[in-house]
Amino acid sequence: MIRIGMVGLGKMGLSHYSMVNAHPDVEVVAVCDSSAYLLGLLNRYTGVETFNDMSKMLAQSKLDAVIISTPSVLHAQMVKTALDAGVNVFCEKPFSLDPSTSRDLTELARSKKLVTQVGYHYRFVGAFKEVKRLLDSGAIGKVSHILAEAYGPVVLKPKGSTWRSKKSEGGGSLYDYAAHPIDLVNWYLGVPSEVRGTILGQVFSKETDDEVFSTMVWPDQTTAQLSVSWSDPSQRKMSTKITVFGSNGRITADRQECQTFLTDATAAPEGYIEGWNVRYTTDLTDEVYFYVRGEEYSAQLDAFVKRIEGGEVEGQNSFGSATGADEVLAMMVADANRDYTGIAAGSAPQADRGLFRRRTRS
Amino acid sequence: MKFQDLSAVIDVLDAAYDEGIHTFMCTTHDRVGEIVDYMRTKPERYAEQIFYPGMPYAHKYANAMTEDGMVGAIKRFLPDGGLLDAAFKGGMSVAKKDIEGITTLLIDAEMKMFQGLPTPVIFLQNVVVDLLLGLGFKDAFRIFADHVRKKYNAEPGFITMNLPSLLEVLKEVGVENPVVCSNINKVGFRMSGGGVAAYEKALNEYEFQAIAMSVFASGAIPPREAIEWVCKLPNLKSIVFGASSRANIHSTKILVDEYWVD
Repeated sequence: MIRIGMVGLGKMGLSHYSMVNAHPDVEVVAVCDSSAYLLGLLNRYTGVETFNDMSKMLAQSKLDAVIISTPSVLHAQMVKTALDAGVNVFCEKPFSLDPSTSRDLTELARSKKLVTQVGYHYRFVGAFKEVKRLLDSGAIGKVSHILAEAYGPVVLKPKGSTWRSKKSEGGGSLYDYAAHPIDLVNWYLGVPSEVRGTILGQVFSKETDDEVFSTMVWPDQTTAQLSVSWSDPSQRKMSTKITVFGSNGRITADRQECQTFLTDATAAPEGYIEGWNVRYTTDLTDEVYFYVRGEEYSAQLDAFVKRIEGGEVEGQNSFGSATGADEVLAMMVADANRDYTGIAAGSAPQADRGLFRRRTRS
Repeated sequence: MKFQDLSAVIDVLDAAYDEGIHTFMCTTHDRVGEIVDYMRTKPERYAEQIFYPGMPYAHKYANAMTEDGMVGAIKRFLPDGGLLDAAFKGGMSVAKKDIEGITTLLIDAEMKMFQGLPTPVIFLQNVVVDLLLGLGFKDAFRIFADHVRKKYNAEPGFITMNLPSLLEVLKEVGVENPVVCSNINKVGFRMSGGGVAAYEKALNEYEFQAIAMSVFASGAIPPREAIEWVCKLPNLKSIVFGASSRANIHSTKILVDEYWVD
């Protein structure tokens, strides 16, 4: 049995707790949170040991792993504490708010041969896995562009009292929503070398962003556009969509299905034909040991457990891979502050002055 | 998009009613309240209509949790927020009656829209059932069952994606002969905890009132094949299906009439 401790019992923490506790190879032996009421409740009804201090939990509970689902700004310190204690770590996304910290933690985990994983669950969604399989096979030829979208109804009025509404704590649609499509694009194309034209827009929030629009660029001139809003009242829940354009066709995928158009099916996986192909989630999804809110959430925890059992330090969504998303997030924050005024309407820049010249109005 | 318009929903419900399908299993979304209000104005037209509410409308809570945190979300949906303020401030001991009180208040808040209408079965939605099941919060099922039996004279219903393990826990906490709705389809789609074989075993071994949903496995199984297979299962009480038009209600009803043996 793998002995797990939960750190943070908000929306993600409770659902991870439920799913991993139901895993046949796992026992959740301890939980840690700042809410005394919640801890009292869980202890009384389930008998689990409770702590309000993570270090105490690590010292007393003989854990094999922790699952960290705290506000993003707390991830780095807690991950370090867990790694120092020699336990394997599953951390919610984004991994950390500073890519250099992410790199240091990745190295620390590697040096201790610990299993690490970050909660980018979309990589466990059947349709998005199918996109990866198609791209790896070269089915749509040379990829020129990806459109990565995510919309949902998180902030629909001008208030909110949790950490998610505070940029300083890692809230905002960039870290909360955009991180997911960014991570998928990283999976498909690798980490981009540059981002341009990033807009961190506000619809309702005062302290953070509700919308993210940006262009990612790779050295070979492949591009991706990101369009994200968590203030979209038309959506019932977060919906993510990826469209990939290639020289031999196009792929569109969301949680429900993966649609592929192929000019020529020679390079495509077996079963794919010239023209339109549709694969539904029912065909692309494997059964999970326990279901709460989507197979991908159970599947990612199952992968984590299996990697601990097998001692597989590298694997899907390890710290190294999640650091790539942190790098792009940091690039977008920097780009959003870049001075673009030189190319405003009516003041078109002269070619020899470059696209990103600093504002030097006379 | 079609269902944006309330009258489009009413048309589908009318079609079902006229086919002899008088049970409407629904969420407690605000729009359901509008449908219910409409039906209340035409008691003759809907004389036989009964409702199987499924609560809570989970996205409402999930989104509220993102905005206000868990405690904030619960407070937002309780009729009297002041009641809990003291309890939620740390340090206060957690009495079981607190939790029973909160749970029953939340149930009552969700049931308000059905006041005066027949709700012979009241369901707890799968997101909540399966979350509690995984957490090992077993007493919650008992609290829910006792409250809907006592206050609403209704049968407690549970929707789950993990039928075998839920049945074991319901038995353990003494919820007798519950109504349990789960995915039951020929291809084992979203039948967690052992797939078709384990579900057939559960149907044979546990005393419960089984309702099958997702019998077409989101369209993966042709209708005739799906209905023929599910109707042969032992101890199935009914089938719930989603419908968007008069035509598909009619064709599904004909298939069920053909294969269903009482």
